[in-house]
Amino acid sequence: MKKGRAFPRVILTATLIYLLIPLLATLLYSVAKSWQNTILPESWTLGWFRDLFMDPRFTLSLWRTLWICFLSVGLSVVVMLPTIFIVVVYLPRLEKLLNVLVLIPYAAPGVVMAVGLIKLYSSGPVAIAGTMWILVGVYFVAVLPYMYQGIRNSMRTIRTIDLIEAAELLGASKLMAFRRIIVPNVLPGIRVSVLLSFSILFGEFVLANLLVGGQFETIQIYLYHRLSESGHLASAVVICYFLVILILSGILLALSGILGRQSTAASKKGSGQ
Amino acid sequence: MLKKRMDIKLILALIPFCILIIGFELLPAVSVVMESFTGNEGGFSLEQYVSAFTKMFYLQSIKNSLMISAVSSCIGIIAGLFIAYAITKVSEQTRTRVLMISNMTSNFAGIPLAFAYIILLGSNGIFTILFEQWGLPIFSGFNLYSWSGLILVYVYFQIPLAALLLYPTFYGIREEWREASALLGASTYHFWRRIALPILLPAAAGTFTILFANAMGAYATAYALLGGNYNLLVIRIGSLVAGDVFTRPQLGSALAMVLGLTMVLSLWINERLMRRVRRDLG
Repeated sequence: MKKGRAFPRVILTATLIYLLIPLLATLLYSVAKSWQNTILPESWTLGWFRDLFMDPRFTLSLWRTLWICFLSVGLSVVVMLPTIFIVVVYLPRLEKLLNVLVLIPYAAPGVVMAVGLIKLYSSGPVAIAGTMWILVGVYFVAVLPYMYQGIRNSMRTIRTIDLIEAAELLGASKLMAFRRIIVPNVLPGIRVSVLLSFSILFGEFVLANLLVGGQFETIQIYLYHRLSESGHLASAVVICYFLVILILSGILLALSGILGRQSTAASKKGSGQ
Repeated sequence: MLKKRMDIKLILALIPFCILIIGFELLPAVSVVMESFTGNEGGFSLEQYVSAFTKMFYLQSIKNSLMISAVSSCIGIIAGLFIAYAITKVSEQTRTRVLMISNMTSNFAGIPLAFAYIILLGSNGIFTILFEQWGLPIFSGFNLYSWSGLILVYVYFQIPLAALLLYPTFYGIREEWREASALLGASTYHFWRRIALPILLPAAAGTFTILFANAMGAYATAYALLGGNYNLLVIRIGSLVAGDVFTRPQLGSALAMVLGLTMVLSLWINERLMRRVRRDLG
């Protein structure tokens, strides 16, 4: 029996070491003053973090990223809640179509999305390439699969159609039923998909780089520019970035009942690669 | 009964969604398709596809992408199978911890990941220098900024994904089945060969398609590690449509079509395979 237990433990320990080494190295590098040819750095400093927070480019890019994520995810909630509600309750025949539309971004890598968008929006009546607005639009599309799944599941759990029937029987108008009954009941159920979408967008690089580039420097773009300049500073950026992601996924895990639903992890296609 | 009548307000409420989906999903998609069939001088033409599949430079980028995706996915699946198996054999607490860390490191991708590997194994990397000092030639012939380096970094994000996707299947193989087969006289080998493997194979193949699509579309990692210096499909597309020097959006669109179709094909195969897994596991 004991022998049977040892093998899995060895595998898992090796896996954890393998997964954590790059992270640890980055962390150590960000607090190392000099690190040449020893296992651990020879001397330590928090100077890189100080330099980082003194750099207005960094703080600006961080705020920009938070702002654009907030804007895109907010837009997604505001637009998708009524849309999915109307389709589920009043236009069930269109649900198949909606399903296909929201799954397309899941199959299309960022590069492919960018190709069509650059062509469309570089010139002509809506020349928004190079501004943050093109990012808001494409980010809305990019998080559709996750937002749709979350909102749809939440609506299923609260039995939307029954609720609406009851509300209408009691004389509520459609708008009132939606605002007073559906929205407050659905919102708690979509917290997980909101946070997941937020953290996916927070680490997004491809679209930001190809569509906007240096004109609207997000945290990932800032990091990319710093890579070639100072390794220590770049690793401090990575650590800050990762802290934000950790806080987000910490909240995410707590909300989803600690892996009660592995589906969030499993359905998450590697996003930022 | 619910009044199913539609009124004008409901239609109006759908307009924002329609505008966004048309403007940022459907029109760009149509534009990629149309551009890819446009010749360099305009007009309908298959010229771009001919270039994509005959010019060595582009053909090589397709081949490189396919190879890197296939190899990194294979390694990912093999490691993932062992990890997924191990996950089902340990205590609840350990399992939660491993899953949490796998999940966490799946956020560690793209530029930060490439950077971490540069710190570790780049030309002045910690391991590179340390091993050199110790006289261990493990990484002496190794170059991070090359094919093998790219594989190494891709494998890092493939392994946790494979483990997370595979371990539910291992849970599907119930302990009672093993007991039942043992009672009927099957050896451990027979159990794995006749019962577990037929269930695992389609799941592994399905996971492979996801990993494959994941690697085909991965851009940031390769971009951060090698800039434009390594010939990958995603990198080529990026520089054809948004390059610094010159752009050829039509050819970029044709290559984007090739990439897009590969993704759709892998996800379609995945869907077919997973349907079978769900049926087997009831």
